[in-house]
Amino acid sequence: MRFMYIVKHPGPAGNPTPEMMQAMHKLADRETKAGRMLDSGGLMPVQTGAQVRIADGKLSLIDGPFVEAKEIVGGYAIFELRDKEEAIAMAREFMQLHLDHMPGWEGTCEVRAFAGP
Amino acid sequence: MLAREAGERPVRPAAMTAADIRHTILAVWRIEQPRLITSLSRMLRDVPLAEDVTQETLVAALEHWPATGLPEKPGAWLMAVARRLALDHLRRNRMLSRKHGMVARDMEQEQQAMPDLDSALDDDIGDEMLRLVFTACHPLLSPDARTALALRMICGLTTGEIARAFLLPEATIAQRIVRAKRTLSESGLAYETPRGEQLSARLSSVLEVVYLIFNEGYTAARGEHWLRPQLCHEALRMGRVLTSIAPSEPETHGLLALMELNASRTAARTDAAGEPILMLEQDRSRWDRLQIRRGMQALRRARELGGSGGFYVLQAAIVACHAEARSADGTDWPLVSALYAELAALVPSPIIELNRAVAVGMAEGPQTALSIVDGLAGEPALQGYHLLGSVRGDLLYRLGRFDEARAAFEAAAALAGNSRERDLLKRRAAAAKDAVTLSP
Repeated sequence: MRFMYIVKHPGPAGNPTPEMMQAMHKLADRETKAGRMLDSGGLMPVQTGAQVRIADGKLSLIDGPFVEAKEIVGGYAIFELRDKEEAIAMAREFMQLHLDHMPGWEGTCEVRAFAGP
Repeated sequence: MLAREAGERPVRPAAMTAADIRHTILAVWRIEQPRLITSLSRMLRDVPLAEDVTQETLVAALEHWPATGLPEKPGAWLMAVARRLALDHLRRNRMLSRKHGMVARDMEQEQQAMPDLDSALDDDIGDEMLRLVFTACHPLLSPDARTALALRMICGLTTGEIARAFLLPEATIAQRIVRAKRTLSESGLAYETPRGEQLSARLSSVLEVVYLIFNEGYTAARGEHWLRPQLCHEALRMGRVLTSIAPSEPETHGLLALMELNASRTAARTDAAGEPILMLEQDRSRWDRLQIRRGMQALRRARELGGSGGFYVLQAAIVACHAEARSADGTDWPLVSALYAELAALVPSPIIELNRAVAVGMAEGPQTALSIVDGLAGEPALQGYHLLGSVRGDLLYRLGRFDEARAAFEAAAALAGNSRERDLLKRRAAAAKDAVTLSP
């Protein structure tokens, strides 16, 4: 089964600590070599992005500045795993890295299975 | 149920059934298994022994966690237990070698093994993974033994799961694994890493196993058992492992491309009732585009590495022709038949010739194709193979030789093992019979 991991955090994210970067790199390297991680990426700050919205039947473009969002998507990863239990175990391991290397950081890792086979 | 925010109370074991707990533990263990086995084999300098210790670690988790709940850091727990068990093994071995008066060798071994204990956690796992894969797939072992060992050591499947996937008794698989490990240990092959030319030479026995596992899952004649798709999934994962640990070998990319491209059709291969649908009749909008892109990417990589003429690369190139065509008619049939000719020259096989005949029939017309098929009539490998008659019937029908077509379809129908294919062939035979009466 294919899973998408979406990492969200409240407010603007500080830069990850060097220890965090190293730990994440190690995990990503292991998971790529184990053939389980298909893709991953971090996203640039919300302020540098844009939003195309539909409201009241009208299309509008918002190209910043943005009202501070409650939750910001900071990055994603795509994994191929056997089942939801494995997917959750993987997410726990990933989030544990934040706990270990970024004291005070808070956020959520959302685990979603792809629709279809 | 596993999800537990930091700071919350541990999951109460009572809230989970025994089966739930086991399932959760297995999931956590599978996530950690590649790191455990690679670290352990570095510590112990013995891959089969490392696999034993990895299993002992799982047993320890299955014994402890139902009572204590899942530890805060399951990976660290497993690694600590694995390390302790590995040290026990090293100590026991030291006692044994002391008994045999081999203190000097023992000291040397100790010095080699000990400093690795701490670094094993941090070291790059690529090299160990390479060793693991090439040990599990050693050509000294039979393909059956290699397959079982690969699924166990590389994919972390349990003996029971492997047995169910291959519809064999668990004892058979257990025995196969024990024997294979013994063979490796007794031949002194428990810890070696092929490099350079040796790696290229040994690669085919690895690729063969991976493709065998894939096909076992992909061409399953029966059953919807979830372990069958699981075999495809494991083979794909191993394929990706191989491209990351042996990135300069074109055939590893070729095999991955072949598997990704074939697997991209999974959703379109069966109808609502679970009956198979032939490729040319599939709804192509149901093919997985992401997987096709990954397959095409792997195929490009293989070609960049100069591997266009390789066994797996050629097969991937053929499947790519289908994957890229919007419809069966839009397929580049001349290219398909040229690729089959190249493949047949590389690996002479009547099955490949029959496939080539189909492509030639689409590219150049039925007459040329029929002469290829008629040339295959005496092939022992095709006796009893219903597709020979099926292809022949189709070509004869297109040539207007309806009575011969009917006979060919009827003979093929009698040989078909699958009821849907049998019905289809019978319908085609009936259509040919009607055509005979209608034709002047």
